[in-house]
Amino acid sequence: MIARFSVVGALLSLMVASLTLPIAAAATPHPPLAYRQLDNPSREAAAQELMETLRCLTCQSQSIADSDAPMAASMRHEVRTRIAAGEDPEAIRNWLIQRYGDYVSYSPQVGAATWPLYAGPIVLLLIAGLLIRHRLGGKR
Amino acid sequence: MIAELGLAALWLAAALALLQLATGVLALRSGTSDTGAILSALVRPVAILQGLLVSFAFLMLMWLFARTDLSVALVAANSHSDKPMIFKLAGTWGNHEGSMLLWITVMALAGGLIGLAERRLPEPTLLATLSAQAFVGLGFYAFLLFSSNPFARLAQPAAEGMGLNPLLQDIGLALHPPTLYFGYVGLSVAFSFAVGALVTRQVGPDFARAMRPWVLGAWIFLTLGITAGSYWAYYELGWGGWWFWDPVENASLMPWLAATALLHSVSVLASRDALRAWTIMLSVVAFSMSMLGTFLVRSGILTSVHAFAVDPERGTFILALLALYVGGALLLFALRVQTVTEGERFAVTSREGALVVNNVLLSAILGIVLLGTLYPILTEALGFRVSVGPPYFNPVGAIFVMPMLAVMAVGPLLRWRRDRLERIQKPAVFLIVMVIPAIILSLMVGYSGILPLLGVGLAAGLAVGSFLPLRGRNLLRVPLNVWGMVISHFGIAVALFGMSSEAAWSVEKLAALNAGDQTQVGPWTVDLTDVRPRAGPNWTAIEGTMLARYGEQDPIKVAPQSRTFWSPVQQTTESALLTRWNGQLYAVMGSQGDDDRWQVRLWWKPFVTFIWYGGILIGLGGLLALIGRLQGDWKRRHTERRIAERAAAA
Repeated sequence: MIARFSVVGALLSLMVASLTLPIAAAATPHPPLAYRQLDNPSREAAAQELMETLRCLTCQSQSIADSDAPMAASMRHEVRTRIAAGEDPEAIRNWLIQRYGDYVSYSPQVGAATWPLYAGPIVLLLIAGLLIRHRLGGKR
Repeated sequence: MIAELGLAALWLAAALALLQLATGVLALRSGTSDTGAILSALVRPVAILQGLLVSFAFLMLMWLFARTDLSVALVAANSHSDKPMIFKLAGTWGNHEGSMLLWITVMALAGGLIGLAERRLPEPTLLATLSAQAFVGLGFYAFLLFSSNPFARLAQPAAEGMGLNPLLQDIGLALHPPTLYFGYVGLSVAFSFAVGALVTRQVGPDFARAMRPWVLGAWIFLTLGITAGSYWAYYELGWGGWWFWDPVENASLMPWLAATALLHSVSVLASRDALRAWTIMLSVVAFSMSMLGTFLVRSGILTSVHAFAVDPERGTFILALLALYVGGALLLFALRVQTVTEGERFAVTSREGALVVNNVLLSAILGIVLLGTLYPILTEALGFRVSVGPPYFNPVGAIFVMPMLAVMAVGPLLRWRRDRLERIQKPAVFLIVMVIPAIILSLMVGYSGILPLLGVGLAAGLAVGSFLPLRGRNLLRVPLNVWGMVISHFGIAVALFGMSSEAAWSVEKLAALNAGDQTQVGPWTVDLTDVRPRAGPNWTAIEGTMLARYGEQDPIKVAPQSRTFWSPVQQTTESALLTRWNGQLYAVMGSQGDDDRWQVRLWWKPFVTFIWYGGILIGLGGLLALIGRLQGDWKRRHTERRIAERAAAA
């Protein structure tokens, strides 16, 4: 129970801190966790997995996990800090989406803006099935 | 003077393209009359001359870059007198205007080669093909001459050039664009053949045999171009990623997917006279994808829809060309498709049947890549931005790729026209049995995700399956093109294994080190022994010297650099790679942290090199098939000539 409370406490203090310190405007060249892995391997793996699906907003088509841009560095720091505090990766993603919009996440959630991305392949699957049937069926 | 000569040659070549189109069309209309004969005799020499002239123009541009003639706007904007010669020359096509000139040069040379060497096609189809080729070419000439003149002079010569983007100053990337352009242009030739065949309504095995070497050639170049581009991104960007689903990468992948489908359907058409309309359709699609790729890369629309809207001239031009050619070809296809009969029929269970399934699946994959690439551009134009990346492409693509690979493993075992599944039961069961130990083995190494696991399993099945078509045959008498298929399919398995292994078992280590410190990554122990500055012709660098030991073996020296170029100012990471048979150690030198320690990034990537070995094998298979096919054609023509001679003598 104590552990849970401390996590919630850390979370709250982080929330407050992050609201007062916008990440994009981070002035220091390298926030500590931008280029340092977390000591806990499973936490680091979770952070890595999340970072690979977040877009570096100042780069062209790179995730924050593979960019030297200052903004990517500060976002890595942010993600590692939050993961280390025990926050759920999807919660971090949602927080970032609220902040920067859908654009920041490489794995688009199914929603009003993105449903065609998922409807498209289903339609393609149907068309592919029909085409194969048309080509191969009906003929001997 | 050189620039003016080049420009004059370019105008002349454009005029010749117009002449080629006009004579070609007129010759087709006047048929077998005397004027028709004279006109059609003109078309081939005009095509050859056009190829020579535009090559001359391209050589002039290369010469300007070699001399760093700063009175030419393009040279001043993209070159620098301090650059090494090889990159000065590569700078010729490392920019918008030069790369478009390269495109039209390769295209005109291809037209010239058809004029010189193509003897299989009936004369009217050849005329229509060369006219279509000239028509496509004219659009590019107009684009160059009216909106992207590479030879434009500056009113005042510049004092010094602006330099070439340092990321592009790399031998891999110097060769990458021409390779891709050869591929794109090869597909434009296939497109011209398709239009020619539609115009004369002669879609059959002869047409397919004439088109096949061009499709194969284009496909080989695209394969190698994508492979090289991926390796470049891997070692140059400094984070160990080898494919980012970046729109620019997708722009090269989409023509490859279409070309792969076309390659297989044109083979069915050549050997079985089936899939006529489908082959024509795929040639149109493949060329459209090349044009779309050019549009995406060249128009600036990728950086931002808004950047495109600010300077829309070039993008609009390419978009107009795209609409004209593709729309025109689709219209012609719609008008003529009824007259193109379906060709020979075949049963569901047959080689043709398997190829149809694969063709449809490849087209669906193409559809997904197309959707994922264009969707963000579309939504941005509508006012909201979304990102589509690996978390979308990988799983959604896999839904189609996995069954395709499965069919690919067994398809070549089936007979043409009609077969029974029972006949291939034994090898199919054998393949499934190969998959199981591979999956168990990779689970023992470590599980990380379902896709890499399935990838390893499929790779094992496919690797064995790719050699099954050789079973029971005398290996010395197996035709080259069958070897080509076997090696290409095996290459897919090799690449797939590399991708899965990299995804599942890469180890990353970010370390802050002082000289003298040690760190571990996977099976490696790495000592940072020394950090010192270095200077090159147009850069300075911080170089870290590291001694890397694999297990208990002797240490090997690696020296990654963090480079700073000064024209233009840009930082790049020169990663150091240590290649073993079972993978690569990837070392990157970062900057100095607040506590004066150096940020060092290390990766151990098991079997990552298999990705590119696979790519090379795929291309090599294509080359063998091409040689085999050309040999076969030559032999066939030789025998035909002998028979004709004997008939004449008798």
